[in-house]
Amino acid sequence: MDWRWDFTVEILPRLLLATLNTLMAAGVGYGIALVVGLVFALGQRTPSAVLNRGVREVVEFIRSTPLVLQIFFVFYVGPQFGIRLSPWTSGMIAIGLHYAAYLSEVYRGALEAIPKGQWEATRALNLSTWRTYTGVILPQTLPIALPGMGNYLVGIFKDTPMLSVIGVAELMHTANAIGSESYRFLEPYTLVGIIFLALSLPTAAGLRRLESWLRVRLGLTR
Amino acid sequence: MSYVAYLEEHGARLLGGAIVTIELTILSSIVAVLIAVAMGLMKLSTNAFVRGTATVYIEIFRGTSLLVQLFWIFYVLPLFGVTLEKFTAGFLAVGMNLGAYGAEVVRGAIQSVPRGQYEAALALNMSPMKRMRRIILPQALLIMLPPWGNLFIELLKGTALVALISVTDLMFEARQINGSTFLSAETFGTALVLYYVMARFGVTPLMRWLEGYAARRMGRA
Repeated sequence: MDWRWDFTVEILPRLLLATLNTLMAAGVGYGIALVVGLVFALGQRTPSAVLNRGVREVVEFIRSTPLVLQIFFVFYVGPQFGIRLSPWTSGMIAIGLHYAAYLSEVYRGALEAIPKGQWEATRALNLSTWRTYTGVILPQTLPIALPGMGNYLVGIFKDTPMLSVIGVAELMHTANAIGSESYRFLEPYTLVGIIFLALSLPTAAGLRRLESWLRVRLGLTR
Repeated sequence: MSYVAYLEEHGARLLGGAIVTIELTILSSIVAVLIAVAMGLMKLSTNAFVRGTATVYIEIFRGTSLLVQLFWIFYVLPLFGVTLEKFTAGFLAVGMNLGAYGAEVVRGAIQSVPRGQYEAALALNMSPMKRMRRIILPQALLIMLPPWGNLFIELLKGTALVALISVTDLMFEARQINGSTFLSAETFGTALVLYYVMARFGVTPLMRWLEGYAARRMGRA
């Protein structure tokens, strides 16, 4: 197969521009997921057993159904009831909620990993709930949660191509458009793969370093 | 149109799609497990070339999106003379992608078998092959089954993407029905529930049973 460099050079700026959209989608989606994930995690630790159970089932449902289908659901169900959402809005809601369910599991695991003695000590020292969380619990959960949070940051970035199905003009959507205009698929799809690799590998490596730096900073390892 | 009437008209088609999804899941699971074991063992090889090959495979498949890989296999490979039928391309792409994630699970599980087990097998003069097959892998299997449960759910969800290359799975049928009826809530809602049922009442109990079975065979239950 002939790789055409002139064509590569021609389409590269367009793909790089679309990469910005991909990064924005991943960033906004992750932002939503970080916050809603915390709501999901704390929603399973309330005094009400019914609420805990309900939130648990919602998280399980979101986690075990495909993201593409959720994207379609959010995008098409609104108009049926007179609510029209743009592809961007519905895409962000779907991907944000999907990853919120994953992140809530990371938070939950980290909170459960804190030894009971830590809670008892804060009680014995008569610390307020706020001081308990900010001064004792959260600094310890962060290094536990960070690897999982990092994995899902890379994960959400790699799942953004699914947004192309409802017409969000990210990287995959642009590659599809180039492919159907020029009938050349080799260069656009290969370039998309390379761009993803070039962004996700250093990010994953950087997150690993951040994790070990943080562990040292918090005095967990030397 | 009531939901019951909707199901009478379109239910069979959605179920037909679900069966294709199950077929895809089974086939790509087989591909994923084979690749994961091969790559996981290669990652532990003493030969730098073999180890490097596994690392490149794992990083490429974990570093890019399943959708990108699927489109590459379906639209670009034919340009190199490898034309795959869409169903085959679909389950191969999903299997190869999840196989890369599985390889790390296999490697981690083998590495977490206690060192003494290797030494004891060595002291009993077992060949490397026999040591792996009789001593290390059975114990590693017990360690890796729970993470594999999660991977199989990811795999089931991953098969939904093959609808984008027109494999007539559950996702594809849902889109078709939605396109002709515009009953989005019913259509996509039912499809979501079907995926959930397959994951929660199919994959999860099967893995639980497998974990129990493996533990009993190892004399640990």
